[in-house]
Amino acid sequence: MPTLSTVTVGTSLDERTHEPSMVSLFLYNAVIWNPHRIHFDESYTTQVEKHPGIVVDGPLQGDWLSQVVTEWIGDDGALVELEYSNRRAAYLGERLRAGGEVVEVDQSDGTVTLEIYIKNADDQVIAPGRAVVRLRD
Amino acid sequence: MAETPGLLTPEIREWVGRADTPQRLDVTRRDIMKYAIATEQRQDKYLRGDEAPPMFLFNAHQPLVQIETLRADGLTPDPLLPDLPLKRVMAGGIKNIYYRPIKPGDVLVLTRTLTDIYEKQGRTGPLIFVAYAVRVEAEDGELVMEETRRRIFR
Repeated sequence: MPTLSTVTVGTSLDERTHEPSMVSLFLYNAVIWNPHRIHFDESYTTQVEKHPGIVVDGPLQGDWLSQVVTEWIGDDGALVELEYSNRRAAYLGERLRAGGEVVEVDQSDGTVTLEIYIKNADDQVIAPGRAVVRLRD
Repeated sequence: MAETPGLLTPEIREWVGRADTPQRLDVTRRDIMKYAIATEQRQDKYLRGDEAPPMFLFNAHQPLVQIETLRADGLTPDPLLPDLPLKRVMAGGIKNIYYRPIKPGDVLVLTRTLTDIYEKQGRTGPLIFVAYAVRVEAEDGELVMEETRRRIFR
């Protein structure tokens, strides 16, 4: 696990690929109690809301961003801030990647700032974000 | 994206500043485990339900209403919003500040305030952005988490 004294700007966090399925999207929307039809009703989604397919939840992508960070810091680190923007939609069947990089190390207050992202198969960043974590010495 | 004033009337903007009735949330190990499975977490502390993943509280402030009162798109009507001229909703993003982890047995009180309504010109037409602040406290008033959340109407 990274420590404050060993981490350096430019360090990459491990990427993880996500290919949500109809079942995983169903479970996610069930646990957050989200009955929005664009996540399960294909004919409504394409015909009424004019999306090309079932929409992958924005906050699910936010969760994947959080996992990039929490897996990197492990049990000894603490997540202090997490922010992201959903800039482009993603649809069921897409292959998405979550990753990030260290952009700032502040030895004085013990925090590390990370840039994080969700990218689609065209390598477009569809959800850029930023996290601040606290690491042990 | 440029500002394109016009869709939002003064009557709509007057809603900014309103707050929901605080929602009480009892955090259970089982709910954390369900969330961890649904989001394909890989760390034991989340899969065992010892600690909630950072995005666990997303949507937890939402009032629980009967099925017949849901909107045509399935969404729960938002008591903090007037009727807006754009109807299709997308997630916009969040900023969360964490003060301590959330664990089974926590009893939390969530208070949501409408903090902004503004419009922009998007790639495919006008967009209305709605911003909320959600304050998460323990029953004794300890601040646990603060969330800023944006929804987009198109």
